[in-house]
Amino acid sequence: MINAIYILNASTLQEQDLDRIVHTVKTIFRVPVFVKQVGLDFGSAFDGSRGQWNSTVLLSQIITNSVGDDEKLVAIVDVDLFIPVLTFVFGEAQFKGTAAIVSTHRLANQFYGLEEDKQQLLQRLEKEIVHELGHTFGLYHCRQFECVMRSSTYVGEIDLKQVFPCQDCQRLLLKNFS
Amino acid sequence: MNSNYSILIVDDEAIVRDSLSKWFREDGFVIGVADNSATALRQLQAHRWDVILLDIKMPGMDGIELQQRIIELDPNVTIIFITAHATIESAVQALKRGAFDYVTKPVDPDHLSHLIQNALKQRKLTGENIKLKESITEFFKADDIVGESPQMKKVYELIQTVASTETTVMVRGESGTGKELIARAIHSNSQRKFFPIVTVNCGALPEGILESELFGHERGAFTGAQYRRKGKLELADGGTLFLDEVGNITMKTQMDLLRVLETKQFTRVGGNDIIRVDFRVICATNKDLEKAVADGTFREDLYYRLNVFSITVPPLRERKSDIPLIANYFVKKYSQTMGKQINCISPEAMDVLVRHDWPGNVRELVNAIERAMVIGTSPALKPQDLPFQLLNLDKKKKPSSGSLAAVEKEHIELILEQNGWNISRSAEILGIDRVTLYNKIEKYGLQKPS
Repeated sequence: MINAIYILNASTLQEQDLDRIVHTVKTIFRVPVFVKQVGLDFGSAFDGSRGQWNSTVLLSQIITNSVGDDEKLVAIVDVDLFIPVLTFVFGEAQFKGTAAIVSTHRLANQFYGLEEDKQQLLQRLEKEIVHELGHTFGLYHCRQFECVMRSSTYVGEIDLKQVFPCQDCQRLLLKNFS
Repeated sequence: MNSNYSILIVDDEAIVRDSLSKWFREDGFVIGVADNSATALRQLQAHRWDVILLDIKMPGMDGIELQQRIIELDPNVTIIFITAHATIESAVQALKRGAFDYVTKPVDPDHLSHLIQNALKQRKLTGENIKLKESITEFFKADDIVGESPQMKKVYELIQTVASTETTVMVRGESGTGKELIARAIHSNSQRKFFPIVTVNCGALPEGILESELFGHERGAFTGAQYRRKGKLELADGGTLFLDEVGNITMKTQMDLLRVLETKQFTRVGGNDIIRVDFRVICATNKDLEKAVADGTFREDLYYRLNVFSITVPPLRERKSDIPLIANYFVKKYSQTMGKQINCISPEAMDVLVRHDWPGNVRELVNAIERAMVIGTSPALKPQDLPFQLLNLDKKKKPSSGSLAAVEKEHIELILEQNGWNISRSAEILGIDRVTLYNKIEKYGLQKPS
């Protein structure tokens, strides 16, 4: 049984920016949600040849923050994440595990040469956080067009989906929750 | 969810295997991993995989060599090469050997996602295609030729031998022996089975029309040719051309046909464009072509061109053991199509069928069964359901003393027996009135069996 979800902020976002995310995560997963400021060793995860940070290395650091099986952790970072075989990832999660990580880097409009839009960034971020947390609860990618668990490989797809899981994923989430 | 599909990741780098399997596991795929070719081959022998992601550069057997081994084990598996060592040469080599695609590390996640979806879509279509082909093959088998006699077994062997080749086949046999069925069996067991088999009945068409039927015609080629029309040779492109009654074609058409068979090209009637076609020829005849060649009515060169591999279908009288099989097969078939509750043939009726000589061969037998099924009412076909002439012919085989009176006596007795001594029905069949029949019964001293 999960009793708490911790949002570990290692990004430049302020705590007040994360209020809506905390509210959304609490609504969907129905457990207390806390925000904690953390420091990560980004240097050890940096790949100079790619100019990116290895998300799996950072994820292993996040797991060390875990104190029990009854909680989930999701970290927010600003750096551009990758896993070795892919050019980039928006985030990564331990499937049916404890921890997840999400990057704001490719969620921000500036990355695509557009004007900054904080609200849009936060909307995208909350969807990705819910998505990666969903994986920690054992949810697979969903084919429902608007489901938050639908796989998104470019930012436009994140904008198209909703922040909530579809009914099927919701049902599976409830089943896996305990 | 993709839990119905499985992906095997073959890469010597643990980090690549781990990140890829994690990525695909979130999509719900069943994932397998192998860090070298030997493990991959073991995995392939143990499970069926839908997609294999294969690294090119691996210690020991490399990906290209492994691809060859994989195809030997499972020719339908979808292989995608994924490597950091991208060279045009290795990509071309992999694709030439049948790989689905080729990507370089690191892969754009969107590209990888679409690639896998497309690969699975193609795999699904391929699977459906295979099933469809199998069902078509079953469909052909369902209408197979019936017969278990040694003569027919020999025919089946010949069909099997020649079907997979491109050889021209001549099917010989009396009228009604099922020469066209043999031709269709050869076609449906050949590589050309998914293309049409086009039948040309050479005996049924006059020369001018046969020429137009075979070669097609251009608009205005002759009076009434308002449109360009493709001929049977063109329609048979990729498939089989079945020339039925080939012994009946005229000398001029024989010459034209010979030219087409030799060059596989022709022009439409009234046209100049050369049309190239690819078809296999199967022909059939009930004529003595050797005699026709000797008489000069059939071209010798065409005869040799057509008579490459010959299959002779035996007449039904020479394989009487097949008669019950064929008869029962068609009783079942017609009982379904006619919706009748007749499912067998009585021993008496079967005896009549087996003793008959069947000059019209299987066609005559099938027609007799069809007719009997139309008029029959009981669960089993009875002698009286069979055609009248069949019974007469059967009787003719055992002539009595020879006098007209003796023949009349035997015939009346037979009709009475067949109709259960029903006087009205027997008189009607004999074409005489009831009084006359009574007089003749008395005259010949016929008695109803007790």
